[in-house]
Amino acid sequence: MTAALLAAATGSGAHLAHASAWAVFGVGAALILTGAFGVVLLRNPVHSALMLVITLIGVALEFIDESADFLAAVQIIVYAGAIVILFLFVIMFLAVDRREPAAPEPTRAQRPLAVLLGLVALAELLILSRVQHWSSGAHHVAGSLKGGEDVQKLGESIFTRYLLPFEMTAALLVIAVVAAVVLSRRHGRVAAEMSPAEQEEATLR
Amino acid sequence: MGDPVFAHGLTLAVWLILLVKTVAVFVIVLVSVLFMVMYERKAVARLGVRWGPNRAGPNGWLQSLADGTKLLFKEAFTPRSADRLVYKVAPYLMLVPALIAFAIVPIGGTVTVAHNTTELQLADPPWGILFMLMASGLAVYGVILAGWSSRSKYSLLGAVRASAQMISYEAVLGLTTATVVLVTGSLRTSSIVAAQHGGFLYHWNVIHTALIPFALFAVAITAEMTRPPFDLVEAEEELSGGYMIEYASVDFAWFYLSEYAALVTNSAFIVTLWFGGPDGPRITGHSIGPFWFFLKLLIILFVFVWIRATLPRLRYDQLMELGWKRLIPAALIMLMVVAGFQINREWGFVAIGAGLVLAGVLWRAIDVGRGATVVESGPDPRVAQEAEQ
Repeated sequence: MTAALLAAATGSGAHLAHASAWAVFGVGAALILTGAFGVVLLRNPVHSALMLVITLIGVALEFIDESADFLAAVQIIVYAGAIVILFLFVIMFLAVDRREPAAPEPTRAQRPLAVLLGLVALAELLILSRVQHWSSGAHHVAGSLKGGEDVQKLGESIFTRYLLPFEMTAALLVIAVVAAVVLSRRHGRVAAEMSPAEQEEATLR
Repeated sequence: MGDPVFAHGLTLAVWLILLVKTVAVFVIVLVSVLFMVMYERKAVARLGVRWGPNRAGPNGWLQSLADGTKLLFKEAFTPRSADRLVYKVAPYLMLVPALIAFAIVPIGGTVTVAHNTTELQLADPPWGILFMLMASGLAVYGVILAGWSSRSKYSLLGAVRASAQMISYEAVLGLTTATVVLVTGSLRTSSIVAAQHGGFLYHWNVIHTALIPFALFAVAITAEMTRPPFDLVEAEEELSGGYMIEYASVDFAWFYLSEYAALVTNSAFIVTLWFGGPDGPRITGHSIGPFWFFLKLLIILFVFVWIRATLPRLRYDQLMELGWKRLIPAALIMLMVVAGFQINREWGFVAIGAGLVLAGVLWRAIDVGRGATVVESGPDPRVAQEAEQ
């Protein structure tokens, strides 16, 4: 938004808009990297979750830089506002919110495998960004976002051209929710059916 | 579209105007918090046939200033086992969203300063109203982190209650806001206000969307702010103060401040979304948008106080049932009905019919589900009682 606004505002001073777009990109990238390193390096799970929020805010900034304002807002509302909160819930309820020594590796090949997969992913990203228009392989699928209401374009492409994938994703999510409910009901009783003493034992160990 | 102040480039005057507007929004929110604390205490007192604060200043109107000053000079206490950094940061995480959300509220009309015309609104982004949802979404962090970092069972329980409540009711908030967006066709707050312009009351969204979405929105935003009757987050009887129980001094003042700032800002959003913002009759040919805006704001704020003085607190399970089993389905159905009427009248009635059928099915499903839970956890006490008789 800042970039678009400045571009509209300055008119002739296009270089200023360009510079500000780079500045926004730089700040966003710094936030993403800080957050990402924090998630991995910090020992306390709650701190890691907070660093994840910083990464998400950085990603939202990059969306804004690309004039995808709606995606930026949704990124904050959905991911930062709901999903990481659920992470925090789980961390707090499982009482894992304390510093832990590094646990022994579950499988011995995990570490080399992780390095290998990371390198493959990096190579993939680099190649795609060289040969294709970023990783989707498509350029301006729903029309250019520069200037104009991105919500309309997003809505049009979701409800016309990409209706089937969109609905399928929705169906998958519903199935996942139902499955989660069924699984949690099968093993053990839900909290509402426990006595207060049992509840306390289960949650506040 | 957008603020006309940017039409001639970013000159020094434009920067100054932006600075003044930023400070003005800040001052409006802070002053209205000081005012609101007193307004609420006085109104609640009168509703309970008491006098309320009447010592500090004329008629006691400076009491909140005195309380604030006292808070600043108290000892800033940090529990020994607290997670220090998070404990200190949490109040600000709650304060900032409450303060910045007011930036997108259109107060009405334009002013011209030194040949620069500007809207009486700090920011008018094309995704405007999502900013409101964003701010209320981020405010949850202040609550949950404050509760967690204090390392106290009561504050943790309060935080979990509060954040579960806020997340649940955010869905209703989003869905009802979507009906407004559907009617208006834009996310911009200035467009939402402009679409309701002209024709006192008749064009307002509260009428345009048939009242029900507004009612849902009002309930949801009351719960979102953890205002009474949804204030079980800080139920003194059970949690002795909720997520901010360990906080004192300035940090506590921030929580208090952000609670009231959120109240003022969200009331401003109610005015903007549903009551036409600064729309109102002209007086002697002059448009007096800001007057109407603040008048409506005062009325909405009074209704919040009135609700607090009137309704008893809900239980936690009642709160969750209301949110998930009543409000969210109702909001979804209303979204469908409003969408139907946007196409034409026939589709609107089809949507109403489908909505009624869906509501019936859901009602039955909830009933069956409740019966199943009772059977699993042993005999239904009501059945047992009947058998005894």
